[in-house]
Amino acid sequence: MSTVFATQKGLRFLPASGWIVPAFVGAGCVFLLIGSLQSSLFAQQTISGLANGGIYASLAVALVLIYRATEVINFAQGAIATFTTYVAWQLMSWGLSYWLAFVCTLGIAFAGGFLIELIAIRPVERRGNQLTVVIASIGLLILVEGSIGWIWGSDLKFMPAPFPSHIYRVGGVAFSRQDIATIAISIAAVVVLRLLFQFTKLGLAMRAAAVRPDAARLVGIRVSWMLSLGWGLAAVLGAVAGLMTAASPASLLQPSMMDGILIYAFAAAVLGGLESAAGAVIGALAIGVTLNLLGSYVSWVTPQLLLPAAFVLMLVVLLVKPSGMFGRSRVSRV
Amino acid sequence: MGLLLELRDVDARYGQVQALRGVGLTVAEGEIVAILGANGAGKTTTLRAISGTVRRSGTLEFDGKSLARLGPESAARLGIAHVPEGRGTFVELSVWENLRLGAHVRRGRLDDDFRRVFEYFPWLEERRSQHAGTLSGGEQQMLALARAVMQRPRLLLLDEPSLGLAPLVVAEIFRIVRDLNEREGTAMLLVEQNARSSLAIAARAYVLEVGTVAFEGTSAELSSRDTIRQSYLGY
Amino acid sequence: MRLSPAAILGIATSVVAAVVVGLLPFTLSDYHRSTGATVGVFFIAILALNIVTGYTGQISIGHGAFMAVGGYTTAILTHNHGWNDLATLPVAALIGFGAGVVVGLPALRFHGVYLALTTFAVALAVPQIAKNYPGFTGGTEGLALPTHTGIWLYYTAWIVAGIVFVLAWLLLRGRTGRAFRAVRDSEIAAASSGVSLSLYKTVAFGISAAFAAVAGSIYVLVNNFVNPDVFGLTLSLYILIGAVVGGLGSLWGVLVGAAFVELLPVGLTTAHISSSQSVPVIFGAVVIAVMALLPLGAANLLQTVLHFGSQTGQSSEVPLGTEGR
Repeated sequence: MSTVFATQKGLRFLPASGWIVPAFVGAGCVFLLIGSLQSSLFAQQTISGLANGGIYASLAVALVLIYRATEVINFAQGAIATFTTYVAWQLMSWGLSYWLAFVCTLGIAFAGGFLIELIAIRPVERRGNQLTVVIASIGLLILVEGSIGWIWGSDLKFMPAPFPSHIYRVGGVAFSRQDIATIAISIAAVVVLRLLFQFTKLGLAMRAAAVRPDAARLVGIRVSWMLSLGWGLAAVLGAVAGLMTAASPASLLQPSMMDGILIYAFAAAVLGGLESAAGAVIGALAIGVTLNLLGSYVSWVTPQLLLPAAFVLMLVVLLVKPSGMFGRSRVSRV
Repeated sequence: MGLLLELRDVDARYGQVQALRGVGLTVAEGEIVAILGANGAGKTTTLRAISGTVRRSGTLEFDGKSLARLGPESAARLGIAHVPEGRGTFVELSVWENLRLGAHVRRGRLDDDFRRVFEYFPWLEERRSQHAGTLSGGEQQMLALARAVMQRPRLLLLDEPSLGLAPLVVAEIFRIVRDLNEREGTAMLLVEQNARSSLAIAARAYVLEVGTVAFEGTSAELSSRDTIRQSYLGY
Repeated sequence: MRLSPAAILGIATSVVAAVVVGLLPFTLSDYHRSTGATVGVFFIAILALNIVTGYTGQISIGHGAFMAVGGYTTAILTHNHGWNDLATLPVAALIGFGAGVVVGLPALRFHGVYLALTTFAVALAVPQIAKNYPGFTGGTEGLALPTHTGIWLYYTAWIVAGIVFVLAWLLLRGRTGRAFRAVRDSEIAAASSGVSLSLYKTVAFGISAAFAAVAGSIYVLVNNFVNPDVFGLTLSLYILIGAVVGGLGSLWGVLVGAAFVELLPVGLTTAHISSSQSVPVIFGAVVIAVMALLPLGAANLLQTVLHFGSQTGQSSEVPLGTEGR
């Protein structure tokens, strides 16, 4: 049974969404802007919500990257991100400066993701199907989180902060330097990746391998290596998310650090339509901001209810548009 | 003109089903050879056996090198371009990106290649940013052909280029195919149900039946022998 | 009723297995008996998951939530209202059925990965909601329950497991079972043969949730307490792993899966092969290895090696949505 995408003419950047979703997103932005101008608390919560959203976005794009190529949700993405953050911690405790450790960690993350695909996932993919690969990724999750505890112990560790806490004040509103940096770095990571995919020969080959592996082989693309590369890049994005998470004062370095964030990343990716990185970013930012505002302004939304709230949001969107905000509606040929 | 491709005693299987049995054929440099036969005779499978997209055994030699252990990626690197059944167009990508992908195995600047392709297919140039999925069937077939030209292959495997297309479009495609062969010297192995058009441009042909070669000969021979024409080629 | 040789072999082996399971506790210590009871709990839960995933092809990563429903029902009725614990089981089953239908109805709109993520969301949301209403559920601290001896727990678990197994077997070999399998293999074909998709898919969810709820009730009795973390995401993941490792769509695979998921970690520590720190590392690695070597699960291996019929029928196409590539 082959699948035909119902094609729609839309902006190439935001595929197949018509005008409804951009209109909603636009309305949301206007709302945020007005609210921020009216209340400094609103503005602060919006900014820190965007910072959280930035972290979710990095991880969500990592998920979308792997999903687009294999139609598999990588349950271990968060754990791999946590592992790479621990590697950074280790490098720092051996004396490297924060930024040097950051860069080295990204390289190590790339190699790690690449090798994981090669060693753990490829053998499963060869003979199995999507479900077995998903189960393997769950096994990987258990393995990686277990390794962290085994190598470093599960006691909470303190991660040195990249920026001394510095508060910017603009018109009575306080922004932390960390939040701004998080937003900037997350967006930069996603943009760099986008440029890679859109404008390089390798990126084109990876996209081709993801959408049509058989045709890609015929033009000489080594599809399995493209897959490994994809996992490597996803791990780099995860590392960025992990490092930004550990840098925020609200998070402590522990094996389960990214568990909750992975879940928000799932919700964001699904919201965005699972095959659209741009959608995942928008979804992530939306979740980050909405949850922050809900938590501040709606009294009965306690911290415990934030997680279910994210999913109620996701479910509502899915019930209206089952393939997510920017997903393509799939038509199956019988 | 030496032998570019030689198949000897090739078997191919889909799971437990044997699709090819002891197939042998040759293609010389710069030659157009047709593979004809009814549905299910194994024509497509033969092309797949050459490009390595089906399990096969036997002797397959391209330019003296054995294809036996090579997959499609390696076959492409050796200079074999396979335009499969269904064209294999990347419908999610743009026309330009499809062409660019055709040249994946090539190194160096591609300006000349794009120029050549736009000479053969002038209408492609103005549509370069268009989503490939919005092209008509005939246009997609031409795009697939153009993609193969970008690869500068030594051997072009063409699977049913006329399938589902209107007669005028088919004529245009066959004209371009012959042009390509004459100007670039690309050898071609053409699988077709449309025997008449194929024999018009091919030098030689093989007729497959139930996975083996039933007849082979020059196009002149095959089209002149009434019995063969009527039983196997349908006209 | 004429039975094929495969069916006779199947029944004979079931009897043998039942005897073994029945006599086993006499060789075990009290602690190991409650471990055995936990295997029984997983048996029921994995069987429940199989009905939805193995037989109707709807992926659920949320069965921990249904277990939570049953577990909390039992806990609240016993703790707050002084019910006899065994009497709560049918109630748990009923409430579980209701929960299953409530989840199953909107789930009709989702397929494949979206369904998986939705059920994942349910699995996560339930413990959080439980934490949020401590007056009702005992909050993070949970509720305590009366203790029982290992033997009592073991036999309760396995007798209920046996009942559930027989119920499932009867259900799946009949018309309902055929309808389920039709839905899994091709929804379009099933619908055009007159199988009401919504009815069967929702009923499957309901039954599955009912069984899972009962498993949850017994789980709570085995642990003699309940709190939201007991039914966290990890539990749902382990049930799914157990189901796939055992082999979807096979009642025999369920036993293998349950044993794998509960006994492997325990066995590794008891045999001092690994410290408690490294157990998850080895467990995870084994799961990956099993997926690479036996993608269709242990039951498929048994089937090919012993020519063992799983007369309820196993599909070699594992479902994850009907979209192909």
